[in-house]
Amino acid sequence: MEPIIELKNLSKTFGAGDNQVSALKDVSISVEKGEIFGIIGLSGAGKSTLVRCINLLERPDEGKILFHGNDLMAMTEKELRAQRRKISMIFQSFNLLDQRTALENICFPLELVGTPKKEARKRAAALLETVGLPDKAGAYPVQLSGGQKQRVAIARALASNPEVLLCDEATSALDPKTTRETLRLLRQINQELGVTVIIITHDMKVIEEICGRVAILNHGQVAEIGAVEEVFSNPKTEASRRLVYPDGLPFEMLPGSSRIIRVAFNGGTAYQPLIASLAIDCGVKVNILGADTRSIDGKAFGTMLLGLPESEAEAAKALAYITSQKNITVEEVRDYHG
Amino acid sequence: MVENIVSLLDSWGISKAAEQMEFLLNPSNIPFAVWETLYAPLLATVLAYVIGLPLGILLVTGEEGGIRPLPKPLMQVINTIINLLRSIPFLILMVMVFPLSRLILGTAVGTTATIVPLTVAAAPYVARLVESSLREMDHGVIEAAQSMGCSTWQIITRVMLPECKPGLINGATNATITILGYGAMAGNIGGGGLGAIALMRGYGRNQIVVLYVSVIILIILVQIIQSVGTALCVKTDKRIRNKSRKGE
Repeated sequence: MEPIIELKNLSKTFGAGDNQVSALKDVSISVEKGEIFGIIGLSGAGKSTLVRCINLLERPDEGKILFHGNDLMAMTEKELRAQRRKISMIFQSFNLLDQRTALENICFPLELVGTPKKEARKRAAALLETVGLPDKAGAYPVQLSGGQKQRVAIARALASNPEVLLCDEATSALDPKTTRETLRLLRQINQELGVTVIIITHDMKVIEEICGRVAILNHGQVAEIGAVEEVFSNPKTEASRRLVYPDGLPFEMLPGSSRIIRVAFNGGTAYQPLIASLAIDCGVKVNILGADTRSIDGKAFGTMLLGLPESEAEAAKALAYITSQKNITVEEVRDYHG
Repeated sequence: MVENIVSLLDSWGISKAAEQMEFLLNPSNIPFAVWETLYAPLLATVLAYVIGLPLGILLVTGEEGGIRPLPKPLMQVINTIINLLRSIPFLILMVMVFPLSRLILGTAVGTTATIVPLTVAAAPYVARLVESSLREMDHGVIEAAQSMGCSTWQIITRVMLPECKPGLINGATNATITILGYGAMAGNIGGGGLGAIALMRGYGRNQIVVLYVSVIILIILVQIIQSVGTALCVKTDKRIRNKSRKGE
């Protein structure tokens, strides 16, 4: 797979003096052609700044942005505008032109490059069909629901035949059902048109639903990057854990255990009756503090939080037993908080 | 019938009723005054937009963080000039621009000559009106346009102006009415029109009927302009949901 977009050592600082905020710190991400790549982070993590750097709506202070290996930052404004047509973008607030109908909105990027009106309208009508709104051609944005507006925005983004589609919290203003429909549409576009999709979100479910790889952004830095199932089933950094297990209890509230481990069942095979066999084989009783299963990219993943016995010997025995199991990863949880 | 009205006015104690009626009914007087009232301010409004529209756009696009920032000192100079011109009362501005009127039109008096001070007074006002309309533009939409590869010129002509059209029409209505009001002062520098008649004949010669008739016609003119402006604004605004539109 060849990379289509490479971000190299991006840094961006806003403000000056005491009000200085470092939005991005040495961020390097490589997105491959044809994939659906997710960037997740809590609000204020720098996601929006990062996605705006990709098409240079925001200029990073340092670093390089390569599109097909060409440095966007080194281009003249005219060259950059030509590249931007290949990197489309959709937004949380849709950003449609209110004074234009759905069809005219989709025609807009075509008008910019001087496409004949008749041809533009024909293509726009076909795109409306693609996004499932063939009957809304004459509707103004005010007459459309949020989900419909985002579909029109997606059609508009596709009008220029882009290679990359940037989605900046594109489903955050939509209800869960509409979100799923919109994500399905994005996946369809990715598969049928081969458009590389980069999704910025704070919502785990969005990443789980359609992304292949994910980068976790924390305080302007990439905390972790990798396949969604790996990162989500076994988060390695504190920042990732906070995102993946957002509802965790404070450490002190967990009953009766000084040592807590997180057990992850990887790979979708049937769960072994781990706790029962632990009790039978080792005679050690552990405390189940919490359990969660989630479907990541179509496979079932489960995690369990276990409180180990107070006795050091028993705890070590239990840990050794669990570690020896197949398809299970174990890690000790220190400083577990939400 | 005219005699009846004259005798009625006489009976109310209004002096020179016959003379006033004769003036008002002379077909060359009031229609000509209406024409004079409209032509100078309307022409001045058009000219004010020729200057004020680009200036207003510049105020928005050229500021720090705008789509095409200009050097800060330049923006300060533009802002200061606009504020300065807007602070001078029109009555004083009118006589201050005499030299300019002479330079451009060869004369500083008469209805046509008022076009110069009206334009000078209205252009900065129009610039501010345009500026405030364009500031209502959602920045996200501009960002979307940029992401589609829009040039600065395309953003102005294809995004900002069309999207802000209802607000701009509203502003133009306000500008026209305000300039019409200024134009009524033109009597002071030998201009004609309903304002001049109300001032010179109505007040100056104590012809109270002429005064009221002139003012009422002025009010009607302003009402018409406002109604047309509002109707146009509503018609062009596609953000209004509950509006019966043909073909939908």
